[in-house]
Amino acid sequence: MTTAALTAARQGLVSCETCGLLSRPASPAEPGHCARCGAGLDWRHPNSIQHTWALTLAAAICFIPANALPVMVTNALGSSTPDTIMGGVVFLFTSGSWPLGLIVLIASVMIPLGKLLALAWLLIAVQRRASGGERERMRLIRLVRFIGRWSMLDIFVDTFTVALVQLQPLMSVEPGPGVVFFAAVVVLTMLAAESFDPRLLWDNQPAQPSNG
Amino acid sequence: MIPMAPDLTLPRRPSSDAIACPGCDLLQRLPILPPGGRARCPRCGEVLATASTDPIDWPLALAIAAAIVLVVANTTPLMGISAVGRTADTTILGGALTMWTQGQALTGALVAICVAAAPGAYILFMLTVLLAARRPPAPRWAGELLRLAGHLQLWAMPEVMLLGILVALVKIAELATVDAGVGLYATGALPVLLAGIAVSFDPRAIWERVLWADGEVPPRTSRQAPLKTTADPAVEEPPR
Repeated sequence: MTTAALTAARQGLVSCETCGLLSRPASPAEPGHCARCGAGLDWRHPNSIQHTWALTLAAAICFIPANALPVMVTNALGSSTPDTIMGGVVFLFTSGSWPLGLIVLIASVMIPLGKLLALAWLLIAVQRRASGGERERMRLIRLVRFIGRWSMLDIFVDTFTVALVQLQPLMSVEPGPGVVFFAAVVVLTMLAAESFDPRLLWDNQPAQPSNG
Repeated sequence: MIPMAPDLTLPRRPSSDAIACPGCDLLQRLPILPPGGRARCPRCGEVLATASTDPIDWPLALAIAAAIVLVVANTTPLMGISAVGRTADTTILGGALTMWTQGQALTGALVAICVAAAPGAYILFMLTVLLAARRPPAPRWAGELLRLAGHLQLWAMPEVMLLGILVALVKIAELATVDAGVGLYATGALPVLLAGIAVSFDPRAIWERVLWADGEVPPRTSRQAPLKTTADPAVEEPPR
């Protein structure tokens, strides 16, 4: 499909991110505020690429301790067993509930890792001014935003396991130091996906030559 | 649903309503959509607008139900366990509090935000916005609350929590007997109600009723010069 790339920015118009109103700012350097909702106007998210890179890299660093450190420690009959995220997945597989093990594996390992790779790839595509394949990259950023929240799954599993299994002195479960790093990965990747401005993916498309 | 007299003060949207796609900035004119229809950007496929049959009263009714369910979910026990004569039970905020007291304060706070604070504030703000919009023009703060509700929606995760609880239950069932509480059923209903609000709600219906930041009363005609657009959104008919 060939669609003329007649965008708002090329017409000197800026679309309000809060209420969607199109306005024509008097000075392009300072778009000012939306006449309807009063939100600040920007042509694109300010420093979108830098912010998204910073958040993605911070998340990638946190991903290592999140997987290496235990997220739960089980104390039973005087002995304590630390459990990492992968340990929890293996437990679910070996105890016969492999569908749940698969869900946790996807939500806790594959989705965060996939999000980090996808964000890096999208950022590189924008920086290298890649053209062609915008629709696919658009689908990818939508997917990253849609499934991002499901990585919180392991945090909730740990929380409610810890909250319930408090049968001292017989058995108790306490959270491990990996939990906070894992939570950081989820929050940072969600913030990174939000700070990425998808319009940057399309800005390299040439303007309509005939009637631009 | 609360019956409402036909609203004669608000005309239909003008057919020549120019917007820019939030996904790719392509200029296009939004046509009048059939009830339940959707408009998509022809270039990037982003959903531009959905036409709800009743964008105010339907989500309002669902938001009232969600508020009640949220209170029940947060005040009654989610589940209890028993093993060799000892029992324990927990609530949603009890789970967050245990994380906090067990040395994971940051994680506990995040859980409290995602399962109680964000959904609670989201429902409260939506209720306020929808009630304000029933008598247009709605005051300016209604627009501000709507903007905040949009951010809160991202962090309200009752559906993820529900799956997390189910996984935790299966894990614990190996060790002890688990009983589901009233709170668990309320937690199960909450994601359904929130999804219902999101589907039946149309933010454009609010923006048409809100007082403008520059002091003018809606609706008003656009001051824009006639715009040249080369694209038209793809309109999807509602499913039958």
